[in-house]
Amino acid sequence: MNASAGRHWRSFRWAAWLGWQIESNWTEPWLFAIYSVIKPVAGAFILVLMYAVLAVIGQFQDAARFDFVYIGNAFFIFVANTLFGTFQVIQADREWYQTLRYVYISPVSYYTYIVGRAATKVLIATFAVLITLGFGVAVLGVRIDLTLDEVPLFAVAFLLGMFTLVGIGVCLAALSFLTARHVHGLAEGIPGIFYLFCGVLFPLSILPGWGQALGRALPLTYWFEIVRRTVMPLDRWSAVPTGLETMDYTVALLLLFVSAVIFFLLSIGLFRLMEYLARKAGKLDMTTNY
Amino acid sequence: MTTVNPVVLNLKAVWGRAYVRVVGANREPSWIFFDGILPLLGIAAYVFIYKGFFQGRTSPEALRDLNALVGFVVLGGVLIAFWMNVLWSMASQLYWEKEMGNLQLYMIAPMSRMALLAGMAVGGIFMTSVRAFVTLIAGVYVFGVVFTLANPWMLIAVFFATLVSLYGLGMMFSSLYLLWGREAWNMSALLEEPIFLVSGFYFPIKTLTDPRFGFGGRAVAFGGSIIPAGLGLDAIRQLLFPNFQYGLLTVEQELLLLVVFCFVFLILARLSLAYLEKLAKREGRLTSRHQ
Repeated sequence: MNASAGRHWRSFRWAAWLGWQIESNWTEPWLFAIYSVIKPVAGAFILVLMYAVLAVIGQFQDAARFDFVYIGNAFFIFVANTLFGTFQVIQADREWYQTLRYVYISPVSYYTYIVGRAATKVLIATFAVLITLGFGVAVLGVRIDLTLDEVPLFAVAFLLGMFTLVGIGVCLAALSFLTARHVHGLAEGIPGIFYLFCGVLFPLSILPGWGQALGRALPLTYWFEIVRRTVMPLDRWSAVPTGLETMDYTVALLLLFVSAVIFFLLSIGLFRLMEYLARKAGKLDMTTNY
Repeated sequence: MTTVNPVVLNLKAVWGRAYVRVVGANREPSWIFFDGILPLLGIAAYVFIYKGFFQGRTSPEALRDLNALVGFVVLGGVLIAFWMNVLWSMASQLYWEKEMGNLQLYMIAPMSRMALLAGMAVGGIFMTSVRAFVTLIAGVYVFGVVFTLANPWMLIAVFFATLVSLYGLGMMFSSLYLLWGREAWNMSALLEEPIFLVSGFYFPIKTLTDPRFGFGGRAVAFGGSIIPAGLGLDAIRQLLFPNFQYGLLTVEQELLLLVVFCFVFLILARLSLAYLEKLAKREGRLTSRHQ
């Protein structure tokens, strides 16, 4: 391993370790486990209650659409956690812990450090998604059907989706070099774009024309499509037409691959630009708490 | 020796603390986009869930129910704005002030700590009202929700009782958070989705009392009402959607409970602030940072 690769690996490894400590060592392990379960299960239960109200007021029941919503919501945990885990790093270090200046001058790659911190969130998200899906299958009758021959496709799509998300997250983190502490607005808002336009909770066809066009331009739309195709049983998946059902897997994977590369390159460029501007404006370690 | 009227002093303290938030916010107008516009997207997603389920249904009953449910989500979005502000800018605030080293300055200032908290609440309500207003406007003009307002005075009474009790709860939490370290951040994070659930921000809370959810559902519905947002939201929904009556209690009962909560939370806030300030001083945690 050459010196540069070693520096990146070291930055990633220690940042991931630090991220894990920040996430978990504030309490006892059992309490942390409960904490990690309650949030996603509560989020899933909101959808259950939204669905239940339709049955209670005598409108209808639609099991396939419920599975569509539930599985989309479960996998959206990856989106929310990965994005938040990435773009909150700069503001957390700068405003809350006020350690950015020390990490920044240490011999690490700050870009890789952000990615390392995000890795912890992805790990926790994996746990939350598994719990949410398990709860859905065991308690709510959600049907999951991931066959062995679909696993490679699922794995490749999953990894490409994660790379894309980290790329988008670093782009947002770069912007936060120059913004005040808007991390909670961003935490709600940016995932909200994907929540709304990527067909997470409803088929794209529900959206107005411009919303559908925007949705088709977002790579995560194809990520959710592939995930649903591989995870849902065929009869339930085909019962909720999304407008993308005729799309070939290869095309969807290619789109994801191109998106991952574009966002990776964009994240490097934007990170360097914003870092330069923040240094120039003296904003690298500003605090904006009011 | 100059003497200062304590009422005037504390009113000045309220204004002084609120002023920082209002002016501080206006120095960084980007918050209007980040805190006002962006969160609308998440709310819109929940609106489209209902629209998705109702796709292709055009009977008058279906349209009436859809209008009510979309309106419920929009009103839930308005209350979420205030709840998030209570969590992140009230409950957590003294903890952040401690982390930044401002808390000791507040403690030696000759004012009531309640005035400080009240100032934070007033400033927070101002900032959050912008987001709430944007959400409401989007509900009417983007999602086409039709509200039917039959009793405006009752609506105003319920809304302000909800706000006072919510911010009273936030004031109480803020002193409890003083004793915590990083648990404070995680506690606020924990009080998001679970409270969205038990307060029925996206669905009528009465759904939980349906027999299929058994005793547990009823326990969650009534137990969760200790967070005033749920009761306030339920009453506001009943007042704005009189043709879709699906309330947990009557509006009058809910208003009465909210008024009781106003007094209870404000008194508890005062007591807990005094007690925990004393405890924090005794244990030397008042100025300890980064734990």
